[in-house]
Amino acid sequence: MNEQQLTIFEISKSDRVAVDLPKCDVTLENIDELIKPDFIRAEPAKLPEVSQPDLVRHYTALSNRNFGVDSGFYPLGSCTMKYNPKVNEDVCRYAGFTDLHPLTDVTVAQGALQLLYNIEQYLIEISGMDAVTLQPVAGAHGELTGLKLIRAYHRARGEARTKVIIPDSAHGTNPASAAVCGLEIVEIKSNRDGSINLEALKAVVGSDTAALMLTNPSTLGLFETNIQEIAQIVHEAGGLLYYDGANMNAILGIARPGDMGFDVVHINLHKTFATPHGGGGPGSGPVGVKKDLIPFLPVPIITYDDKKFGLDENRPQSIGRMHSFYGNFGVIVRAYAYIRTMGPEGLRQVSEDAVLNANYCLSQLKEDYHVPFDRYSMHECIITSQKQQQFDIRALDIAKRLLDYGYHPPTIYFPLIVEEAIMIEPTETESKETLDGFIAAMRKIAREAEGDVAKIKQAPHKTVVGRLDETQAARKPVVRWKA
Amino acid sequence: MAWSYLPHTSEDRKSMLEAIGATSVNELFVDIPQSLRLNEQLKLPPSLSEPEVVRHLAELAKANKGLQDLTCFRGAGAYDHYIPSVVDHIIRRSEFYTAYTQYQPEISQGYLQALWEYQSMICEITGMEVANASMYDGGTAIAEAAMMAVAASAKRTKVIVAKAVHPHYRAILATYVQDQSITITVAPQAYGVTDFNSIETLADDTTAAVIVQCPNFFGNVEDLRSLGRLAHAKGAYLIAIVDPISLGVLEAPGKLGADIVVGEGQSLGLALAFGGPYLGFFAAAEKFMRKMPGRIVGQTTDNQGNRGFVLTIQAREQHIRRGKATSNICSNEALCALAAAIYMSSLGKNGFREVAYQCLQKAHYAHAALAATTGCQSGFGSRFFKEFCIKTDKPVAYINGKLLEQRILGGLDIGKYYPELENVMLICVTEKRTKEEIDRLVREVGALL
Repeated sequence: MNEQQLTIFEISKSDRVAVDLPKCDVTLENIDELIKPDFIRAEPAKLPEVSQPDLVRHYTALSNRNFGVDSGFYPLGSCTMKYNPKVNEDVCRYAGFTDLHPLTDVTVAQGALQLLYNIEQYLIEISGMDAVTLQPVAGAHGELTGLKLIRAYHRARGEARTKVIIPDSAHGTNPASAAVCGLEIVEIKSNRDGSINLEALKAVVGSDTAALMLTNPSTLGLFETNIQEIAQIVHEAGGLLYYDGANMNAILGIARPGDMGFDVVHINLHKTFATPHGGGGPGSGPVGVKKDLIPFLPVPIITYDDKKFGLDENRPQSIGRMHSFYGNFGVIVRAYAYIRTMGPEGLRQVSEDAVLNANYCLSQLKEDYHVPFDRYSMHECIITSQKQQQFDIRALDIAKRLLDYGYHPPTIYFPLIVEEAIMIEPTETESKETLDGFIAAMRKIAREAEGDVAKIKQAPHKTVVGRLDETQAARKPVVRWKA
Repeated sequence: MAWSYLPHTSEDRKSMLEAIGATSVNELFVDIPQSLRLNEQLKLPPSLSEPEVVRHLAELAKANKGLQDLTCFRGAGAYDHYIPSVVDHIIRRSEFYTAYTQYQPEISQGYLQALWEYQSMICEITGMEVANASMYDGGTAIAEAAMMAVAASAKRTKVIVAKAVHPHYRAILATYVQDQSITITVAPQAYGVTDFNSIETLADDTTAAVIVQCPNFFGNVEDLRSLGRLAHAKGAYLIAIVDPISLGVLEAPGKLGADIVVGEGQSLGLALAFGGPYLGFFAAAEKFMRKMPGRIVGQTTDNQGNRGFVLTIQAREQHIRRGKATSNICSNEALCALAAAIYMSSLGKNGFREVAYQCLQKAHYAHAALAATTGCQSGFGSRFFKEFCIKTDKPVAYINGKLLEQRILGGLDIGKYYPELENVMLICVTEKRTKEEIDRLVREVGALL
């Protein structure tokens, strides 16, 4: 086990600095003349004082205590932790992109606007929708934007629809976004396999239904086979269908939410389109809509008149603004480069390989782990710790033991409707050799569960810290450095 | 065909299908009804090789004129500060940028510690007790702050927002709260600062919060202490939106009575990048800790007693509380928070103050010179930080068009947002501008009027 890593405050020493600035070259005024003495800072902020080598060593040490996709296999279900192409990290840093002021004159931002306009067209084609806004910067931000569009649509038609139907298998962000949007949540129980229970849906759908939020493939990694009938039920009641695009990696070039009957979709560029997750962000969550919802899109929208690109804010029915500027441009540049690299054939191959990899993992783990749904999965599959429970081994224990074998564990305890769920999303960027290594580790853990329970219970053993006391952290929060 | 991001050979695919017991990949998609299958290729441009992508993106980038081509005097929520070289070197370490949220703390100690240090630095500069690990951007952080203030106030549903707050932020706030039972009232400005009397009149026992920006959209320093007193007298919270760089010379809002401090963190080492990714920072008094949106990193110990860090107080968050969460945020802007922490550590206590001091000095130098130019006059006098208003005899669009020809990005035309401020230009001068560049701006503007 490594030594405890000092915080940057603990290595700080007065008068060290990691970057130097030029001398101020204008005539200096007395600061009291420029700012009311009352408003001048009495004591400087106690920011750490470190030299450049020390700063670089500090953060390098921290990076060594962190695991990313480049470190190893990261089959975190529902998160699509695929490889992040390096050239995309270069092209998004071209000075013409990074040094562009968002409120610059549009005549000097034609390249950026063209890129944004083009990727809107690509996402329209991939999702089967009629228009796209790039403003949302995360999946949940896209959900909130999409639900606001749906509310605006109903409002414009003079209808007060305030309920949103959400299956119990949904991501937590779905009900949370609905609540922020002031909607009432109607949760419906899913079938055991996570599909929509049509009777349950019919029982709650009505003239107050604003929308049904659905993830397809579902959060259980299974395609909703009744999607057309579901769409019909919701549409006949005057509601709209919202598509949570978290699982879009399964269907690129194979099926499109727009063709399934969805009216609003969000797409996670940081999942499906290979932009890095950044340790929790920045992401990008563009929203696509059908024709009838276009008037409500957030401002500004990107325009093109066959000669030049522009920004249009004069949209009287717009929901307003969801971001200070145009969304996470830097992330969008990476996704643009990815789509241009893959092309239509490559994107389809992505989904085929993603689905192949998930099914391969499932087929190889079946013997040692309980498989709640013994059928073909889409891009992610679920096993559980049910077989290991007789030895008092739970999903959490298996996850922690995987750390010792050098893998980031799959998502555990989600979806909520599968007990002790372990959700594996390998993604298409993993080789058969990598999958075989992971499968071997999982089998080894299944063997250990039968013989060496303590070893699993106390895992991880090889990480820089052992299992951490989360209760203590929440009860007596220490959320900042204090000298 | 071989794809560089896809490792499988046709042999691999074949043997994997055999292991699965499927005859073709198509069979795996059996659940998708035939009627929904896309039976043709997506209509997208054909695949490009890596050198072709590089060339294509370079062309798009070249079709823009950025800071290399133009001397920037534009701000208004996005600022051209110097970004130390170390920032990008460190955030390009792929153990950081290819990771996701720190759900497995044992293999995420590096990032968790970095975010905890970031939270600490945000607390230091704002003078608050708790900060989260980031929000989407300044505008959405403000909307979340308003919603938190309402949620924390019994039966108070009104939020007063100063008209001197960035118009985009006010627009986001309006969009966010539109579908909730929250009403927004706008407090007017007088001479470039928020009108005290209006707060006194507008605030009542239904007011949850008063939102002001300091320095405000016009660049002027607001009297946070007095505004806080006015808000508190009516039982409302004071939400202060601040430019973090200004806190090198301006008093910490926590010391002046702010209850919640939020803002745009782009100034802290993030590129302009045509508006994103940016960083919303969010800090508050301790009593809000369990009501805050977003992820918070806390210190704890492992089973050996070693110090460690975890995501904490998660009972606020959507993955636990679902419809009852304090916010719907999941993905945030962690990498931008990391960049901000590296930025603040690079400058340190003295450098951070120096950047603010130089912004202040240079902006005042530019202001004095412009105000003395024929055809120009000062908009609101000299109580500003790094941005100021100049009223001109000619339309701002005309002046900016001419300046662009001289490779200068002039100040923002704020008449678009404030019709009462026609022919007013909001000019930003950061520490990066040299005396020579400022003198050239003054000369060019003078020649136009």
